[in-house]
Amino acid sequence: MGALGGTPVMAAPLTARKAGLVGCSVCRLLCPETSSGRKGKAGKCPRCGAALHSRKPDSIVRTWALLIAAGILYIPANILPMTISTSLGQTQSDTIMSGVIYFIQDGSWYIALIIFVASIFVPLFKLLILGYLLISVQRGSTFRPRDRTRLYRITETVGRWSMLDIFVVAILVALVNLGALASIQAGPAALYFAGVVVITIFAALSFDPRLIWDEKEKMHD
Amino acid sequence: MTAISAMACPDCDLLQRIPTVPEGSEACCRRCGAVLIRNKPKSFTRPLAMLLTGVILFGIFNAFPFLAFKKAGRVQQTHVITGIRQLSGQGMPVLAALVAFTTIIAPGFNLLASLYVILPLNLNRKAPGMFHVFRYLKALEPWHMVEIFMLGVLVSIAKLAEMAQIVPGAAVYSLTALIFVMAAASASIDPHEVWERWEGPR
Repeated sequence: MGALGGTPVMAAPLTARKAGLVGCSVCRLLCPETSSGRKGKAGKCPRCGAALHSRKPDSIVRTWALLIAAGILYIPANILPMTISTSLGQTQSDTIMSGVIYFIQDGSWYIALIIFVASIFVPLFKLLILGYLLISVQRGSTFRPRDRTRLYRITETVGRWSMLDIFVVAILVALVNLGALASIQAGPAALYFAGVVVITIFAALSFDPRLIWDEKEKMHD
Repeated sequence: MTAISAMACPDCDLLQRIPTVPEGSEACCRRCGAVLIRNKPKSFTRPLAMLLTGVILFGIFNAFPFLAFKKAGRVQQTHVITGIRQLSGQGMPVLAALVAFTTIIAPGFNLLASLYVILPLNLNRKAPGMFHVFRYLKALEPWHMVEIFMLGVLVSIAKLAEMAQIVPGAAVYSLTALIFVMAAASASIDPHEVWERWEGPR
């Protein structure tokens, strides 16, 4: 905390945008900012063909939309059953949380922890962190941009691990398929949960961390 | 050559000169700390070996028995696609498609597209459209999830341990190896070395 605050502010850092350049988001080639309008159609990277954007288009609005959608889906994903298992005529519905509790009671707390982190903690963490980053950018915060960028990078890499529970459902459904003796069906929550995972991945991709730093440059102007 | 000397940080847009980085180390953005370039050994032979191994393992992963479920004298043998088929049969085609995409299509594309780019580079040639292929490769990277699938296998085995006997098949072992091989392949490919083969707009 102190160490970061103590570093002297560099004199007006030169960004690619200020220099009239765009760094390709894929191959990172520096290209001149094409004249074809501010927002509309951007040019293409001459090297890899990716669309060139100085800042991701409508980053804040898109990320908010995806984030809200994921937040809504998060509720049925946790309340509805993830799997419905039938064994000798008895039917049992399991939600994400009841799966976690099952492993705790079973004494396999480490498996319980893995499922809890991947299925409950990570999606919620992603929603909260991206929400915080959006609000901080919208408010023009200059609070510890380096740490906020790091936070963004963490949400970007950690999100895919939530797919764990979807894979578990797919494997259980394939394996336990002995008709009346024992069978497992995917519950409706699986679909909502998959929605949460996919939409939060897109939300993280649509957020532009460069917005965090833009505020700092405004102060120099 | 000139393309690499200056770069805009992908995370904070700071324009900076990239120093020559010694092999095995990386250059980070001096403002936000993002990794700008990693200097890896300048050779495509190791990635090629890894990718060819990966293709073989991927074939085994898809073709051979995955897990078997033994209960009360009955055996339920499965393949990797069994789960996908079951899901779509249970009225969840979207979920089935997502699982298929993340465990079979995206990793398969990753292997083939990497080979398409890397194999000609080993012979000092450029495959047509290699930069576009390489771009799609980078775009699909977050969607290939074999390592998460592996964790799913372990959790499933733990979940069913009390209910029945689970017998892992050849596909599980090849999946285990595939994770390491694919990680090694992508770790040994220096994307800058690939982009550097470009000479001006065509």
